[in-house]
Amino acid sequence: MAITTSPPPQSPAELPPPPGSARPAPLRLLRRPTEPRGLWNWLTTVDHKKIGIMYSAAAFVFFIIGGLEALMLRVQLGSPENTFLSADAYNQVFTMHGTTMIFLVVMPLSAGFANFLLPIMVGARDVAFPRLNAFGFWVFLSGGLFMYTSFFLGGAPNGGWFGYAPLSRLMPGHNMDYWVFGLQILGIASLTGAINLIVTVINLRAPGMSLFRMPIFVWMSLVAQFLLLFALPVITVALFLLMFDRQFGANFFNAQAGADPLLWQHLFWLFGHPEVYILILPAMGVVSEILPVFSRKPLFGYQVMVISGIAIGFIGWGVWAHHMFATGVGPVATAAFSASTMFIAVPTGVKIFNWLATMWKGKIKATAPFLFAVGFVTMFTIGGLSGVTHAVVPSDTQQTDTYYIVAHFHYVLFGGSIFGLFGGAFYWWPKMFGKLLDDRLGKWQFWVMLLGFNLTFGPFHILGLQGMPRRIYTYPENRGWDVWNAVATWGSFLIAVGVLIFMVNVWKSRKSPAAGDDPWDARTLEWSIPSPPPEYNFKDIPLVVARDDWWHRKYEEDEDGRPVLRTRSIEEERAAETAALEAAAGGRTMAEIKEDTAETAAEAEAEAEADEAAEHQADHDEMATAAEDTHAHEDHGHDEEQGHDEEHIHLPSPSYWPLMASLSLPIICYGLIYKFLPVCILGGVWLLGSIYAWALEPATEPEEPDEPGPELSASTDLAPLSQGSE
Amino acid sequence: MSATAPPAPTDAQGSHHEMPAGHPPTSTGLSNEKVAMWAFLGSECLLFGALISTYLLYKGQSLEGTISPVDVYDIPYTSVSSFVLLMSSLTMVLALANIQRGDHRRTRIWLLTTAILGASFVGGQVYEFTVFIREGLTLSTNLFGSSFYALTGFHGAHVTLGVLMLLSLFSLSLKGKLPTERAETVELVGLYWHFVDIVWIVIFTLVYLIQ
Repeated sequence: MAITTSPPPQSPAELPPPPGSARPAPLRLLRRPTEPRGLWNWLTTVDHKKIGIMYSAAAFVFFIIGGLEALMLRVQLGSPENTFLSADAYNQVFTMHGTTMIFLVVMPLSAGFANFLLPIMVGARDVAFPRLNAFGFWVFLSGGLFMYTSFFLGGAPNGGWFGYAPLSRLMPGHNMDYWVFGLQILGIASLTGAINLIVTVINLRAPGMSLFRMPIFVWMSLVAQFLLLFALPVITVALFLLMFDRQFGANFFNAQAGADPLLWQHLFWLFGHPEVYILILPAMGVVSEILPVFSRKPLFGYQVMVISGIAIGFIGWGVWAHHMFATGVGPVATAAFSASTMFIAVPTGVKIFNWLATMWKGKIKATAPFLFAVGFVTMFTIGGLSGVTHAVVPSDTQQTDTYYIVAHFHYVLFGGSIFGLFGGAFYWWPKMFGKLLDDRLGKWQFWVMLLGFNLTFGPFHILGLQGMPRRIYTYPENRGWDVWNAVATWGSFLIAVGVLIFMVNVWKSRKSPAAGDDPWDARTLEWSIPSPPPEYNFKDIPLVVARDDWWHRKYEEDEDGRPVLRTRSIEEERAAETAALEAAAGGRTMAEIKEDTAETAAEAEAEAEADEAAEHQADHDEMATAAEDTHAHEDHGHDEEQGHDEEHIHLPSPSYWPLMASLSLPIICYGLIYKFLPVCILGGVWLLGSIYAWALEPATEPEEPDEPGPELSASTDLAPLSQGSE
Repeated sequence: MSATAPPAPTDAQGSHHEMPAGHPPTSTGLSNEKVAMWAFLGSECLLFGALISTYLLYKGQSLEGTISPVDVYDIPYTSVSSFVLLMSSLTMVLALANIQRGDHRRTRIWLLTTAILGASFVGGQVYEFTVFIREGLTLSTNLFGSSFYALTGFHGAHVTLGVLMLLSLFSLSLKGKLPTERAETVELVGLYWHFVDIVWIVIFTLVYLIQ
């Protein structure tokens, strides 16, 4: 659906109009939203930081829901022959638990961190396409809610998060339809997010922020976004084919018509395995940011960390059939995929050793974020090792579809991703909200969760090796499974206690004192700006001269390589960097280069100047200001000291249309599920209308769009400024 | 902002100036929109890759006695409509060349021509589908029907979307909202259009010509 009904990310009217062109009145159906705060502001915001926070908050709510589902599963399995959940209810709950945790928790949490941090970390004022960014969030939310409405409309998806066809083709009811369409909607969200973040990182880096000076979190997120970009269309096709089968009687998965029962598995896992790295790479990036800060050492082997991340991204495409060893794909395929699966452990192992070496002989401050990062490294290592045992085909044949597999991927995705992301939450909380979370409570949470986690998922290894199959809703007594299942159930409640401690911590943090701009004495650019960051992030676009530029500004190395407070000025380095960049930019001044970055960062190519003109006109005494303005514009490019107060920074305006456009998608899907054409058409028209309204609305609203001040548009110097609106 | 940072040149924002022609002010020198379009097209490659793979996997796998490609394909007819689509790539190039030269009247002519050629292709496909359905091949007839309609249907939907974008450009240009400086918009739609054409060359070869 993404591909066929929404236009490609560029839309005609978002491009910069020419200097000097006329300014026709913007076409608009709704007044532009202007609320500075409150509900409407959040609904219409295009600020990447607010969107990042909304991603994280929504993902946390889904985390609670998915966690409650997990507790229901554990209660059911806590004792043999239990009747807490019926078989049908169990199927719904375990399907929704998996789908929720992967698509509605870990992916959006990673997207939340990436949204908040990536632009700041590369020194930009916003993402490349702010409205597309908002669209991505609202589509994600509407997709998640859409899927959850199924509980009230005849039953939730019940075919597993992998939705294996031909089974899912034949399942009665609309349960799996909700899964198919829900994932399709979530795919659109991820695709737009991926394109947006890729362009942001590739195109909006501050002067001097070369690729190998980017923070490692930016790198890992970038690799994950590329994986999303190329993996999503594959699952999109798989879901379309399943939809055609279920809704319109096609035969893609109809074995009676000669269909290949493995087609779904190939398509799904060709998406599904890169997906595993989509889930883990951002958390790896988070941990790689936390460990150096609390070891007070640079990340060990930065280049190798980057390259191993990229290597994981590439090799991740060549291992999917290890999910299918038991399906009879043949000895050659089995051997090849076994080898590639073992091989992907190499870059992963390189990362683990680099993390260890980062901490080695560091001045370690064992704060809560540090503990979570170490928790990530240890738990992920256990999960990685059990993963290697799956690469060995004879061993995997024994383990397939047992709780051993369940143990493995929970060590990777909970012990890995979730621990890493909790670490990230503690680490960046002061930057996001200006308040520190309580470290003591954080440590309590860590130890409770670590204990609970290992009590829950550790026994799964044993249960799996004892032969307990996964996806069963109950089991008979006297199989030797009772004790470990009971232990796992108690452990899962301990995890819940850990999450409760986190919620208490968040609640208490309201009254914490202000954290300050740089509470951890950290390394990367986000700590050089206020907490929470102002809407425009950087008042002055930074000039980057080193990896970990913020640390570099604060510290230098003595002869033993130990960090000491900086005494020598970095002015020389800055001058050299400036000269090099200016030469590379064909002789333009650093001021101009910075200004360019700022402009694109705000997607304000088109409107910034008109906006400024309008603002000045509104804010100040007209004639005097116009003269002053003219003056300012004449001598820009010199080192002017005036005129950089906040109101001069232009940011894209809020918009209703991303939200409006996203609401149409569930409508179309309801129409398709219940085969009610008028609803589909309504949704389609709604979508198309929203997209056109969006495209024809300027990214940044001039304040008085219809009446540019005559003296301003007449002024020759300001003529280019009136390029404003479309 | 930082105590240790020296007062760097502070013209971070404030005024506009002429860019050196053809180099958007980004880290790569390519505009955001163009990078995004290339990323999107990269993603699309995998979409069509998966659909084409499915078609090839099921080639010749339909049950005996059901309709097969040789029964329905009309190669000369599809060749003509393929030629129409390929010619539309030429007219798209002419539209771009003209807007870059600043000849807006010709730009409009070629944009409209491209849209009409694209629409003729889609119309031809609709006609082809109707004929096939009349001959008894539907989405649910057999594996061939399912994979054929899914693959060519997805492509047709892409062409339709392209026509919609071309018509939008045409009407923007009529209203004078597509000046020379925004030639890149035409270029981006052109990128999409050529991509869809190239995909059709692959589909036409694999689906129709190689039996």
